[in-house]
Amino acid sequence: MKCDIILCGVGGQGILSIAALLDMVALKEGLHIKQAEVHGMAQRGGAVQSHLRLADEPIHSDLIPRGKADLILSVEPMEALRYLGHMKADGALVSSASPFVNIPDYPKIEKVLQSLRRVGNHVLVDTRALAREAGHPRTENTVMLGAATPFLPLPPERLKEELARAFESKGQRVIDANEKAFDLGREASLSRVG
Amino acid sequence: MIKKPETAAEMLLGDEAIALGAIHAGISGAFAYPGTPSTEIFEFVERQKHPDIAARWSTNEKVAFEEALGMSYAGKRALVSMKHVGLNVAADAFVNSGITGVTGGLVLAVADDPGMHSSQNEQDSRYYAHFAMIPCIEPSDQQQAYDLVRQAFDISERLALPVMIRIVTRLAHSRAVVRTSAPRPQNPLKPSESRSWILLPSIARDGYRRLVEKQKEVKAALAEVQCCRRHGVEKGPLGIICTGIAWNYLKECFGEGEEMPPTLHVFGYPVCENELEELLASVDEVLLLEDGYPFLEDKLRGYPTRGRMKVHGRFDGTVPRTGELTPDIVLGALNRTGHETPPPSGPLAPRPPALCSGCPHADAFEAMKVALKPFGGGRVFADIGCYTLGALPPYEAIHSCVDMGASISMAIGAARAGLSPAVAVIGDSTFVHSGMTGLMDAILEDTPVTLVILDNSTVGMTGGQKTAASGPNLEKLVKGLGVPEEHVRIVNPISRERDTITRVLNEEFEHQGVSVVIAARICIQEIKRVNKAKKAKKAEEEAK
Ligand SMILES: Cc1ncc(C[n+]2csc(CCOP(=O)(O)OP(=O)(O)O)c2C)c(N)n1
Ligand code: SF4
Repeated sequence: MKCDIILCGVGGQGILSIAALLDMVALKEGLHIKQAEVHGMAQRGGAVQSHLRLADEPIHSDLIPRGKADLILSVEPMEALRYLGHMKADGALVSSASPFVNIPDYPKIEKVLQSLRRVGNHVLVDTRALAREAGHPRTENTVMLGAATPFLPLPPERLKEELARAFESKGQRVIDANEKAFDLGREASLSRVG
Repeated sequence: MIKKPETAAEMLLGDEAIALGAIHAGISGAFAYPGTPSTEIFEFVERQKHPDIAARWSTNEKVAFEEALGMSYAGKRALVSMKHVGLNVAADAFVNSGITGVTGGLVLAVADDPGMHSSQNEQDSRYYAHFAMIPCIEPSDQQQAYDLVRQAFDISERLALPVMIRIVTRLAHSRAVVRTSAPRPQNPLKPSESRSWILLPSIARDGYRRLVEKQKEVKAALAEVQCCRRHGVEKGPLGIICTGIAWNYLKECFGEGEEMPPTLHVFGYPVCENELEELLASVDEVLLLEDGYPFLEDKLRGYPTRGRMKVHGRFDGTVPRTGELTPDIVLGALNRTGHETPPPSGPLAPRPPALCSGCPHADAFEAMKVALKPFGGGRVFADIGCYTLGALPPYEAIHSCVDMGASISMAIGAARAGLSPAVAVIGDSTFVHSGMTGLMDAILEDTPVTLVILDNSTVGMTGGQKTAASGPNLEKLVKGLGVPEEHVRIVNPISRERDTITRVLNEEFEHQGVSVVIAARICIQEIKRVNKAKKAKKAEEEAK
């Protein structure tokens, strides 16, 4: 088994938190893991990505070669476009459909979504609405984590447990919102995958 | 002994693996100045709050290296870490430390940034090691990073030489599981008795001779660690030499059970000549794969292959001459195709990093632009930090960024050439790192320059480390150096103060001597960090 994931989004959207959670669960499941991330300058509101590789045998490269990713998991639709070349032909694209506009020349969102829909195996999630429904606008990344679960070699229950642990210090309200966001994301994804 | 129970297997960044390896190897101190991608090495040690390991940020890399050298003199082990360009700053101490030698083990961990993800160049630190005749070890994964640090300390103490550990961004900032071994105790305090530390010419000549003679032992020590490893089949038309993490990319290209050409994985320098000759003897041509400059490739082109063998790599374009090595580049160099799918096209715009919304630097730049309008926009010599992003739209407020501290010194040179106003912009951390010395020149001459210090109370660019001088301390420092009181002006970079700042700047531009304008307002991200820490502390107290 191997699962190569490109996680992407905009600096500050919590991409590295998702990665850390996946790492933690994969570690407990006894998988081999490599996870390359971006620190420093790019985190300042720029495009951010992380290469996360899970396998049941040793992994060599920290980077995923182009055309080999099993999953592109993006918290921002235009950022998903940036990494489509990394995806393998039968890979899956799971992306937020809610644009994060912090640049003057952000393209027309309909055009972006149209391009994403051309990918055979895609799930687009209205993270902004679902995060609001979950009770906390900053849970968009958790919505996406939930949405990714049908494509991950990790048990969703374990991820949810780890999620609660990660937010332990923030109080019950934040834990609840994140758990709800996770469930909403997962449901949205399952209904698409059918 | 180690306070925090480190489990036997941990998920660590390459940086953290180095730090933990050093802690378990029995260091008594960690020394560093922040810089991407090396910052997390020191931060990991700092986080452990080990009562017997000194860990304080240094004001710059030279200071960090010298502090480490002092600890080594006293007999104890020291880890010093920095980014590649930091070694330029520390180079004087580094090169001479090969001649003095060391007492307690001294390991320099330096993180290069091929591809310039967060840097102003992609220089390769292996050249420094070669130049200083100091052994260099280049781990290829997180486990090796952990293991080899311990071995580096052993070599350092056995040969009485510093040892360099060179890593690159991809290893520094990639996580994997690392299995750890038992920690060992620190060295006792035992200051050196040797006069080799006094680099008077007469002593230095002996020291240098000793260093040259030691090279045999260096090679033997590296051979013991087996820093050149043979892989693949015995013989073939094309041989491969890969260094450091290039090995991972190479392995990625070959499936399970697939035959690999004769390959040499090099991760220690100077390279083991026997292994190298053996490989070269069994192939007709050779391909070099290195993440960084074509360091080994350059050596091979002259020796021992000249005229006898084709050397492929960065020089003949098999691998791009510049930039980071990737698995895709390695696939291409081997004439193997990836599993590339033509990417579905779509409308894409670049998303460069930018100043955070509400950043104090933004307000300072707005005011400066207004103040400089009468001078046709003027020229602003800037420095390195978050504020370098002031080069991008919508600000486009700065005209240079060369190396840490260059702002003030360049402004002095330009002022002497007749440029007026000569304006420099520097952050608080960069000022203490290496801006102060330049300012001293301006003070001695009373050069007509206006230095704007952006005091945001933190080292913003690298994630919010403690800054050396901020607020009243910074003001005292500037006045103490000798800038006249009436030309040290404090302003608050916030939009409602824009007119005041503009007026202050214009007054100081008029002044035909040195002035310093300190724009002081705390970084937005630092506020968040402070609040978070407060909350966590409160929660902890409530739990008690
Ligand atoms: C010689 C050297 N060391 C370290 C770095 C990494 N680095 C870049 S900017 C910076 C400090 C920035 O702090 P400050 O001047 O306070 O500006 P801020 O980012 O807070 O605006 C550091 C450590 C570097 N580029 N060069
Ligand atoms: S981190 Fe601080 S200094 Fe840097 S851009 Fe953001 S607010 Fe400004």
